[in-house]
Amino acid sequence: MKTFYGTPLSNPLMLGTAQYPSPAILDQAFRNSGAGVATVSLRREAGAGQTFWQMVRDLSVHILPNTAGCHTVKEAVTTAHMAREVFDTKWIKLELIGHTDSLQPDVFQLVEAARILSEDGFEVFPYTTDDLVVGERLLAAGCEVLMPWGAPIGSGRGLNNEYALRAMRAEFPEIPLVIDAGIGLPSHAAHAMELGYDAVLLNTAVARSGDPAAMAKAMKLAIEAGRLAYQADPIEARDMAEPSTPVIGKAFLS
Amino acid sequence: MKIVLNGEMREVQAGTLADLLQECGFSGRVATAVNEGFVPSSLRKARKIRDGDRIEVVAPMQGG
Repeated sequence: MKTFYGTPLSNPLMLGTAQYPSPAILDQAFRNSGAGVATVSLRREAGAGQTFWQMVRDLSVHILPNTAGCHTVKEAVTTAHMAREVFDTKWIKLELIGHTDSLQPDVFQLVEAARILSEDGFEVFPYTTDDLVVGERLLAAGCEVLMPWGAPIGSGRGLNNEYALRAMRAEFPEIPLVIDAGIGLPSHAAHAMELGYDAVLLNTAVARSGDPAAMAKAMKLAIEAGRLAYQADPIEARDMAEPSTPVIGKAFLS
Repeated sequence: MKIVLNGEMREVQAGTLADLLQECGFSGRVATAVNEGFVPSSLRKARKIRDGDRIEVVAPMQGG
């Protein structure tokens, strides 16, 4: 099993902490999901930060702070430094948003910020596209994990470009790859794992469902099923039928 | 002295960033930036506050 900067994850689900109907439901969703990682953010302190911090600590999972909403290298780097101090971790989910409607990463600034942060001792989890060249550049910048999007954040569309994600898996066989964003259903998460991805990061699909605790469990089971399926070496799809029941020995009855 | 704290104009007495946090009631896990630059907690006592400074105080929050 691949590790994330030396940390193995027994459960390859990274679950967001935003948008739950209540803290109690968030807590239940995490426990049902078995997620190994919780993503968090930093926002202006208006009184709720310390309670939330206590709750996240009680989840006993790895904390992955993000730079959500950052549009420039400077603000992403500053946010990363603030996150390192507050959350006491070198991990940073590096988001550099380039497009308002699709929340597509600005990959040019992403590579630059990844280089600056890696040189400063951060362990960068870059939210990127499925572009192979950008992936190469991120690795050259010091990243040891890549997190391509499945589809735009919060869209729930699943894996928009399976071909590109397959190519990415084939291109970087030794690198831990995480599908980050776009997952809407457990089948999407299973799909990602069937392609050989090492983890799935999702938030909205669980938090905004009608029953987050139940959906969290569904995601856990789907990810487990997808991983097992990948390890079991699935058959190739084919265009024509092939009988599964033996032809030889069939009684002659017509 | 007038400063901008988390986007809002404030009149404060504090001379340093550490004093400012205390004056404005911040405690626990927060991170700080002055004029868009990160100020580590170890430097807050030494960091002087000047008229017009833009100060950000952030804390853990839900995120995806």
